[in-house]
Amino acid sequence: MSGGTQRVPRWIPWAFLAPNLAIIALFSLAPVAINVLYSVTGSDNLYPSERPFVGLDNYRTLLDCESYLDPSSCSRDLFWRALGNALVFVPTQVLAMIGVALLTAVALNRDIRARGFFRGVFFFPVMLSPVVVAMTWVWLLQRDGAVNGILGSLGFLKVSWLADPTRAFRWSVFVTVWAHMGFYMVILLAGLQSIPADLYEAAKMDRASPWRVFTRITLPLLKPVLLVVFILATIRSVQTFDEIYILTGGGPGSATKMMVHYIYETGFAVQPRNYGLAAAASLLLGAVLLLFTALQMRLARGGRDA
Amino acid sequence: MNGIARAAARCAAFALAAAATTLAAAVPQITFEHFNPEGALVAAKFMRENPGTRVNFRQVSFQSLLESLPVQLASGQGPDVSMLADWGSLTKYYLDLRPYVDARYFEREFGAILPALRGNDPGSKAINGLLGTLTLNGAFVNVTLFQQAGIALPGPGATWDDWAEASRRVARATRTEMPMEMDRSGHRFASLAISYGAKLVGEDGSFVVDEGLKTAIRKFVAWHRDGTMPMDLWGAVGGATHRDNFADFMNGKVVFYFGGSWSLNNLDTEVGDLFEWAVVDAPCGTSSCALMPGGGAIAAFRHTREPALAGRFLAFLAREDNMREAIARRPAIPVSTRLLATGVELPGASEPMRAAIATFTRQVPKIPKEAYVFQGWRYQRAALNSMTTRISQVLTNELTVERAVAFMKKDVDLAIQASKR
Repeated sequence: MSGGTQRVPRWIPWAFLAPNLAIIALFSLAPVAINVLYSVTGSDNLYPSERPFVGLDNYRTLLDCESYLDPSSCSRDLFWRALGNALVFVPTQVLAMIGVALLTAVALNRDIRARGFFRGVFFFPVMLSPVVVAMTWVWLLQRDGAVNGILGSLGFLKVSWLADPTRAFRWSVFVTVWAHMGFYMVILLAGLQSIPADLYEAAKMDRASPWRVFTRITLPLLKPVLLVVFILATIRSVQTFDEIYILTGGGPGSATKMMVHYIYETGFAVQPRNYGLAAAASLLLGAVLLLFTALQMRLARGGRDA
Repeated sequence: MNGIARAAARCAAFALAAAATTLAAAVPQITFEHFNPEGALVAAKFMRENPGTRVNFRQVSFQSLLESLPVQLASGQGPDVSMLADWGSLTKYYLDLRPYVDARYFEREFGAILPALRGNDPGSKAINGLLGTLTLNGAFVNVTLFQQAGIALPGPGATWDDWAEASRRVARATRTEMPMEMDRSGHRFASLAISYGAKLVGEDGSFVVDEGLKTAIRKFVAWHRDGTMPMDLWGAVGGATHRDNFADFMNGKVVFYFGGSWSLNNLDTEVGDLFEWAVVDAPCGTSSCALMPGGGAIAAFRHTREPALAGRFLAFLAREDNMREAIARRPAIPVSTRLLATGVELPGASEPMRAAIATFTRQVPKIPKEAYVFQGWRYQRAALNSMTTRISQVLTNELTVERAVAFMKKDVDLAIQASKR
């Protein structure tokens, strides 16, 4: 019997990978390929065989602008307004989401009374359907909603919470943070609990202030988890649709219109359906997401190298 | 022995089941979709009258008819017969019923709406379906508030401006929250636009931006700016989203509400005699007193495997006794020539409901041609969606009226261009 390892035939790893590769090809790569095909074909026909090739016309239509800083000068102004909204919404919402989730996780990691109950309370909105979340907030914020009802009973005037573009945008950020914060809180809580307790004990013996403990121990050791949360929250934020669609329908005007909403309306809500334009917009959105992800992976690698 | 008997019994049961399945498959059958549950009663009556046939009724939501049906039809699937939320854009899927129905009867009874079901194609003589009952946009007025304010209701021929002025005065006098509201719907806005002379659809089948459309938008925006209308509907929502605040009318919070006849049953049930309400004649503009028609046109589709049965079913729906029965069951506006001429009975309907149906029915002959042309236009949905989107953008100062109408034109032209490729 020889002591050397026996060589595994080269096809064996591929055989093990094949089921997963088939699933990825069927459910990820094929839809992307079909999307590319739709984006370079025209007409409102559904079957690709009935759709004539139009080259890059759909992309040209989307990108046709006199000035990219003035959406009104663009052929498809709503696409650019949605992109502009996303550029403000995504950083605001992600930072708010991570900030609140981190604060909540740190608070709920401490030895406080009814900790389990509060963890449940903060996680509860995650279990609700986005439509239920949005309908609840519509009910609270509409002209004759609960919030105005309470204000009225205290002698205040009614406020149009969703009719003012700035207020509606802020409420969109708030509602989406409220709905999803619990998910990220749980991930961060798990990260906090994985930090060795003896580090905190050593810091305590050195009489380090709570702020110093947080910035010198908690944050650095939580960095890998924070990066994961950052990537997940960013992708989710770019894809935001359900809550805002129900809450404001993308309004007032187009103040809260997001990219996915634009794609949905172009491809499915309007007759005749412009599948080609919607596909082109979704591929551009995919490209933006790829950029985000690449940037974050680079950051993550930087974090590990440090 | 027992085992053999059991096996034989199983074989017999299997054979019976197989035979039953084969027989069921042999029975000519069609699927019929509608959002009204009464569709089941109609299907049942048809099957009683036509033994050996089967109509499978499926109740679906209006949203499903609007968004899912076109995708189903595009993929060669979907029901054999269905109510249509969008008359003009699906014409290429409609089954021409001429071989299966009395075409002259359909022309005589539904002549006003048949061109719309042909997508306004002047060269077509196809019978693409029918419309048992019409729905109409309409103005609902809280008469009690007018009485409390001591202000007379503007009479027939009153303009939109007259109604706006009267509603403001009533709202002020009675401290009612809102003078006027209108569903957030391009279809409702089209009534206002056509009243002020908007053509909407040109001779060449393109979207028309004219002074009538601009005047209507300017008026509409001014009513939002001066508080005649709330920002909650058109101002607070974006995109093509449909919203209504009819609950405001039912709760006595608005003097004048521009919605549609489909709210009548709900209004009658919910409000009862809590306050006096009425449907009034179409408010007028400088051009006409227009109300947009609509409603559940019903068509059969080319992919059906039972075109004869589908045709027979539609002929059954178009029969006078069946249309009368449907209206008696659920009060609605008749559309067929004979029913309009002879009137309909509404047993069990309340007095306000009878008066409302009578008012709506009086408006039917006055519907301008432009309204029917727009309703049957293949690109109507694209125009409606663009109207709601762009007018809301004007209300929030994202666009000027000039820019908004330019975008409407661009939106619809793009839709036409995309579908013609």
